Amino acid sequence: MSEVALKGASAPAAASASRAAVLRRLRLTDTIFHGLTRGASLAVLALLSGVIIALIVGAAPALSTFGFGFLFDESWNPVTERFGALAPIFGTLVTSFIAMLIAVPVGLMVAFFLTELCPKVLRRPIGIAIELLAGIPSIIYGIWGLFVFAPFMQEHVQPLFINTFANVPVLSTIFAGPPYGIGMFTAGLILAIMVLPFVTSISRDVFDAVPPVLKEAAYGVGCTTWEVFRYVVLPFTRVGVIGGFMLGLGRALGETMAVTFVIGNAHHISASLFAPGTTISASIANEFTEAVGDLYTSSLVALGLILFFITFCVLAMARYMLMRLQRQGGK
Amino acid sequence: MATIASKTAAMDSPLYAGRRRRNAIAKGLAFAATIFGLGWLILILGVLLYKGVGGLSLAVFTENTPPPGAAGGLLNAIMGSIVMTVLAVIIGTPIGVLAGTYLAEYGRHDKLSSVVRFINDILLSAPSIVIGLFVYEILVAPMGHFSGWAGAVALAVIVIPVVVRTTEDMLTLVPDTLREAAASIGLPRAHMIVRIAYRAAQAGIVTGILLAIARISGETAPLLFTALNNQFFSMNMNAPMPSLPVVIFQFALSPYAEWQKLAWTGALLITVTVLGLSILARSLTSARKS
Repeated sequence: MSEVALKGASAPAAASASRAAVLRRLRLTDTIFHGLTRGASLAVLALLSGVIIALIVGAAPALSTFGFGFLFDESWNPVTERFGALAPIFGTLVTSFIAMLIAVPVGLMVAFFLTELCPKVLRRPIGIAIELLAGIPSIIYGIWGLFVFAPFMQEHVQPLFINTFANVPVLSTIFAGPPYGIGMFTAGLILAIMVLPFVTSISRDVFDAVPPVLKEAAYGVGCTTWEVFRYVVLPFTRVGVIGGFMLGLGRALGETMAVTFVIGNAHHISASLFAPGTTISASIANEFTEAVGDLYTSSLVALGLILFFITFCVLAMARYMLMRLQRQGGK
Repeated sequence: MATIASKTAAMDSPLYAGRRRRNAIAKGLAFAATIFGLGWLILILGVLLYKGVGGLSLAVFTENTPPPGAAGGLLNAIMGSIVMTVLAVIIGTPIGVLAGTYLAEYGRHDKLSSVVRFINDILLSAPSIVIGLFVYEILVAPMGHFSGWAGAVALAVIVIPVVVRTTEDMLTLVPDTLREAAASIGLPRAHMIVRIAYRAAQAGIVTGILLAIARISGETAPLLFTALNNQFFSMNMNAPMPSLPVVIFQFALSPYAEWQKLAWTGALLITVTVLGLSILARSLTSARKS
């Protein structure tokens, strides 16, 4: 465009030359800026690739020593240098499962309350409060869990469970043993509190995106509030809600500090949820700086690689679902 | 009259009563769930205040972390946290803002952007301990020692995706008519972005940076084996550096009462900082909207 304007101009040569210089400078800065932004976005790609490559390189000694057996070996012995990831993987999955079991229904109900029942005045403050819960750093949950929640569990909740289910066949094994306070169950509960705001805020956002006409139509044929939610809102937002769960699950799987404080860091698999266990992230946090020997360090990095792989899959699925919903809504 | 009579009959029918009962139960559960969720927030903040305020004194800000059994403060940890956070923001923000700019301005619909967007979302929720391992592998292991630089880089890796995301979101909100107006007077794209789009999205981008600071000021896991810890005051970026979260971790798990007390105080400081920052960030964006 500017070229055309230049050719058409019959200004003195000096003016047009200086103008050309200015234009050249502008074009140059424009190209440089474009290059910079492009470079920065490529850097984001490089960052993720870098994480993956660094983890694979770091984990290589352990993986080449133990092979695929690493995934299925329960032993974790720094003295004999025999390491297996089964106990941390088990702990990670069990604690996250407990967390989701509690956070999903509660989070959904809170979102239901916020979108359908809550008076307009309270909607924003309560929403913000729930999101503040998400902003509290995990170390705070950890210190609170260790000094306040675990003793409470030990004195009140766990004895109650143990005594109540003492004679029930399966439950007596799950809720067995001395009440330590710390352990898988406590870690799962703390994770539930941490995941709750994620599930709530994403569910609330997708519920808000339901076209009012749909809800009004349902109310028009005489549905109750709950029926509108259960049979109109939930089915309509199914994909987004599941995406939100996955996002929460991703956080629960990778959560480190809160779990490290209360899990007990014991590398064995126990049928009882009250027994101390470990998770991938807690093992790394507890042992990495003290790990002596390359194989020990490498095994911990291998644990990190496994964790990254699991969370990557979960998060990718979550993003895919949320993206699909966005495209659906955009139509 | 007949219709009214049949209507009341319908309302008394067991089916309708059941539906109403279910509705009432669901509403009750939703209410209870909300109370449950808010209860934790109040409980956690309450305990934090109760345990943390007691230890709050001037010494916390003027003395270094004590040896076991002695009194002291958190000065070195607070300074270490501030230095590493500032450096992380200095490293991470330009990359984040530029990448966000590419996503929103240059390549809004191209292939590269959709891949970067996806990868960025993964990084945004990637476990922070994995970031710590990554920085350990690329910086600490080759250098042979833990360092403040490694801690700052680990935090920067967490800052980048947050800033990318908010920058892109905020620039997308800038109306296209502004861009068109700028283009129509012959402003090149780069100048349009810097002078028009950035200015319009300023508050939002600052919000993103504040949220990123809030996020990293409580991060512990990525610092554990990058910056490690240091009992003494140290501004040497090439040496292990103390930070508030790592000191809390160490002190809370120790058997010494003084250390535990300091851990609670530190926890209170971090929480107040983080919540303050996120409330500030929120008020910035809401002020812009109204």
